Amino acid sequence: MSQKSEKLIDKKGIRLDGRKPDELRPIKLEVGVLPNADGSAYIEQGKNKILAAAFGPRELHPKHLALSDRMVLRCRYHMAPFSVQERKSPAPSRREVELSKVIREALEPSIFIEYYPRTGIDVFVEVLQADGSTRCASIVAAALALADAGIPMRDLVVACSAGKVDDVIVLDLMDAEDKLGLADVPVAFMPNLNSVTLLQMDGILTYEEFEKAVNLAIEGCKKIYTMQREALSAKYKINVKEVEE
Amino acid sequence: MSSIITKVKKKQIAQLIEKGERLDGREAFDYREIKIEQGVIEKAEGSARVLLGKTEVLAGIKIEFGEPFPDTPNEGVLTVNAELVPLASSTFEPGPPDENSIELARVVDRGIRESKVIDVEKLCIEPGKKVFVVFVDVHVLNHDGNLIDASALAAVASLSNAKMPNYDIEEGEVKIQPGYVPLPVKKHPITVTFAKINDKLIVDPWLEEEQVMDARISMAVDDDGNICAIQKGGSGYFAADQVFEAAKIAKEKVKELRKKLGW
Repeated sequence: MSQKSEKLIDKKGIRLDGRKPDELRPIKLEVGVLPNADGSAYIEQGKNKILAAAFGPRELHPKHLALSDRMVLRCRYHMAPFSVQERKSPAPSRREVELSKVIREALEPSIFIEYYPRTGIDVFVEVLQADGSTRCASIVAAALALADAGIPMRDLVVACSAGKVDDVIVLDLMDAEDKLGLADVPVAFMPNLNSVTLLQMDGILTYEEFEKAVNLAIEGCKKIYTMQREALSAKYKINVKEVEE
Repeated sequence: MSSIITKVKKKQIAQLIEKGERLDGREAFDYREIKIEQGVIEKAEGSARVLLGKTEVLAGIKIEFGEPFPDTPNEGVLTVNAELVPLASSTFEPGPPDENSIELARVVDRGIRESKVIDVEKLCIEPGKKVFVVFVDVHVLNHDGNLIDASALAAVASLSNAKMPNYDIEEGEVKIQPGYVPLPVKKHPITVTFAKINDKLIVDPWLEEEQVMDARISMAVDDDGNICAIQKGGSGYFAADQVFEAAKIAKEKVKELRKKLGW
């Protein structure tokens, strides 16, 4: 992270896109957007546009990966070449490999993986446009896709980032704040279990700032959680209407 | 790992931890013995071998001339790579880096980069054109758990042992001069990794504890006691308060390790 973090917040404490420090970007969630997937979801958060799909539980290929006492969750986070300013090569980068791993590990604690031994679930996340905090937005969409696929879950996983920009702890970093800010703390959370399933940080924070950032991110998670639940039930409300008609 | 053996072992390890004991006799927040030996590879610009109990990691530094990234024309380039060498464990396989070695490299990289271990602006020779590129290559030679902490120590120890070529600029041309100057190392971050086993935290998990842990969390702390990098791993979760508890313990632990290591 660079030190050149001037003018990201004005004198009144307003950020580049007009938000207050503890404000989320506008979020749009849609469930069941892909007809071929067992479950799917779409998220727009600021300029982030991300699709997630879940396939399974299904037979695992290659077969030797199957586990006799639980199912295997696999996850691929991928960015479209046109999702960022400079074209990104479609080959998986080291960053994408790491994010695929941490997103999988963020989702896994929520799933009753012991219910489906010898099977697998694949979660595919495709970032169509990236605007900062994509791993968090990806987790929000991926958890909805898993729920939409009817996978038994302990709770929805929800994620949100916090960070430090111009000495202020702020919620939900956008691209410029991510690149020019002083620290970035993505958090994934299961609100009903009060459990943190993903936590990363880069930048420099004192212990007090770290605690403040994590608590702020958790507050953000709780707000997004309400939207997740609404988005899930919205899909089924439409179905009920269709049945009644 | 056979899952039945893991479950039996987990029960045994968890029962011990419940009593405040561990299989190898340590207490919950004790580290294994740390040994650091610098300058073990003469042909590398810097090197260090770290022993953390039986975990052994060798880091080597190579410095080359290269071009800066377009968005940071005044800064040298730092890259970290990690190799899980197949001779270090029966679970490591030859081939291109898998997600575990990529994660290890990126976590070590984050700790070094964010705490600004090296002054990258001092690695610039000609803005936008020529800079020093510093390669940190971490080789795991024996895997007995907690590769992150051992690798982070090895990376910092090898950087502080590194030298870079002496040069002059004559008529706009870079001329290599005999001799070397030390690499400008400013900070010495230390990473502390916790394992969570049945809701209890321990530091520096060794292999058997790692095999049964629910999740781990690594925190890098810089010379001023600030947190500079964090990574949660594993398919379990942490209670929100546990994260704060870990951060507090990490800060204290790093103070203690700094005294021991003289960093």
